Amino acid sequence: MFSQSSRQLFLSSQLRRLQSTLVIAEHNNETLSAVTQNTLSAAKKIGGDISVLVAGTKCGPAAEKIAKAGGVSKVLVAENEAFKGFTAESLTPLILATQKQFNYTHILAPATAFGKALLPRVAAKLDVSPITDIIGVKDANTFVRTIYAGNAILTLEAKDAIKVITVRGTAFAPDALDGGSAAVEKAPEGDYKTDLTEFVSQELTKSDRPELTSAKNIVSGGRGLKSGDNFKLLYDLADKLNAAVGASRAAVDAGFVPNDLQIGQTGKIVAPDLYIAVGISGAIQHLAGMKDSKTIVAINKDPEAPIFQVSDYGLVADLFKAVPELTGKL
Amino acid sequence: MSRVLVGVKRVIDYAVKIRVKPDKSGVVTDGVKHSMNPFDEIAVEEAVRMKEKKLASEVVAVSCGPAQAQETLRTALAMGADRAIHVEVAGKEYETLQPLHVAKILAKLSQDEKADIIIVGKQAIDDDSNQTAQMTAAILDWPQGTFASKVEKTDAGLTVTREIDGGLEVIKTKLPAVLSADLRLNEPRYATLPNIMKAKKKPLKKVTAKDLGIDLAPRIKVVSVEDPPVRQAGSVLPDVDTLVSKLKEGGHV
Repeated sequence: MFSQSSRQLFLSSQLRRLQSTLVIAEHNNETLSAVTQNTLSAAKKIGGDISVLVAGTKCGPAAEKIAKAGGVSKVLVAENEAFKGFTAESLTPLILATQKQFNYTHILAPATAFGKALLPRVAAKLDVSPITDIIGVKDANTFVRTIYAGNAILTLEAKDAIKVITVRGTAFAPDALDGGSAAVEKAPEGDYKTDLTEFVSQELTKSDRPELTSAKNIVSGGRGLKSGDNFKLLYDLADKLNAAVGASRAAVDAGFVPNDLQIGQTGKIVAPDLYIAVGISGAIQHLAGMKDSKTIVAINKDPEAPIFQVSDYGLVADLFKAVPELTGKL
Repeated sequence: MSRVLVGVKRVIDYAVKIRVKPDKSGVVTDGVKHSMNPFDEIAVEEAVRMKEKKLASEVVAVSCGPAQAQETLRTALAMGADRAIHVEVAGKEYETLQPLHVAKILAKLSQDEKADIIIVGKQAIDDDSNQTAQMTAAILDWPQGTFASKVEKTDAGLTVTREIDGGLEVIKTKLPAVLSADLRLNEPRYATLPNIMKAKKKPLKKVTAKDLGIDLAPRIKVVSVEDPPVRQAGSVLPDVDTLVSKLKEGGHV
């Protein structure tokens, strides 16, 4: 007879087999977004069968890459001009058609601008309540997420039959994308062209530096930098550390740097190995975006600045002296 | 001419340091300062500007929540909304009210009121969901202009500049449409005292979800609400040299 524990193991593996997850890959028609790998890790924690949907005007590169992931049974490809600009209006019917054919229990996407725009639209069509930006998976129905700018951790049990979830990339290690060779198949065909929305153009910030949300090191500036020109000090330091450059809302609102560099509750959530906050006071909304960084360094002339309450190493100093000195000594 | 429906939520003020209840059932809200969700102020401002530019004929503010939600609606009226609808949801139902429910309410109201544009904030700073606009658009089968930093009316519809991860993108949507306001969309105005006084006389209609035929059955069960892990207190270093050696010790350089 089964012992108690082996029976539980048997039962739980039975239950796990009933789960099936669809991961919506994020890519730009050329490369797979790194955050898709983190989302795949979250899918593996849920357990069960995993499929990945790659949709776009050109899916080859992303589909090839994701098909190498271990534990992925199927990569569904939907290549269609209708998906230009990855609009939620065109992708939602595709996901619904895919869901209708395969009956997934979970639909996952990264909690990026792409995933956040898309999945709630899908969820409403399925009449289920989506779950935004999860940081943990307890079991197939129980998830962990932050509320109130990261100042409280909510564990919730989803009662809906289909769980539609966006995943915080920094909370899950990236899947290595090796050891597998998933079958690449065509996603359900359909007329996905929509006249509701038309993609016009994109204006992306060009940078040779690492991408903010996956960078190992980040140097971030706030109001204390005083001007956009002074951000050069941070770029020089970032170059020494092979770091990405981020900013507080104050620095963005003052026009020092573009919006997409904003770190915080309403900007990007990052968790690098090293986060150097320069001239940032550390408002609740900023801390929400970076307080899971492994090591936090704060350089600020105000010893009372709240950033020092979360920093591992603080330097009470004039950034205009300390930053060049630090850059010189690295 | 469009009629604009703008969704506003009463939330704990953004500057308040929240406290988790000892029984882990939620956060303490009694006696805590509340105000309009900051993104919703931006949504109201945009709606009022549309009216000032003669692009909209009327601005209707909507809030779902307990009796105190009316204070938030009065704020929207003082900013320039013409009238308000309070969808009363209280007690247990309010605790499990989710964006899906609110989206259904907004969708129903937009049809009853014959609105062509719905504007909400991109997220509420309490539940941080970022779902309501997208779900409302889905229910109505309208296009969505999420995370908008610029909205222009054209003959055919709207041209919306959106804040995306790598920068900005521009889309064109047909009308009717749902928009969600990002921080950079505008600078909300302050309600002046005369306008606050005038707002008290503006119409505020009260309805229930039941009147609208919306089922508020909970879709989630709150297992627990807890404090986040506290970071170990760090040290203040005397100079840059010490910082450099600490970074080397930590293997960062």
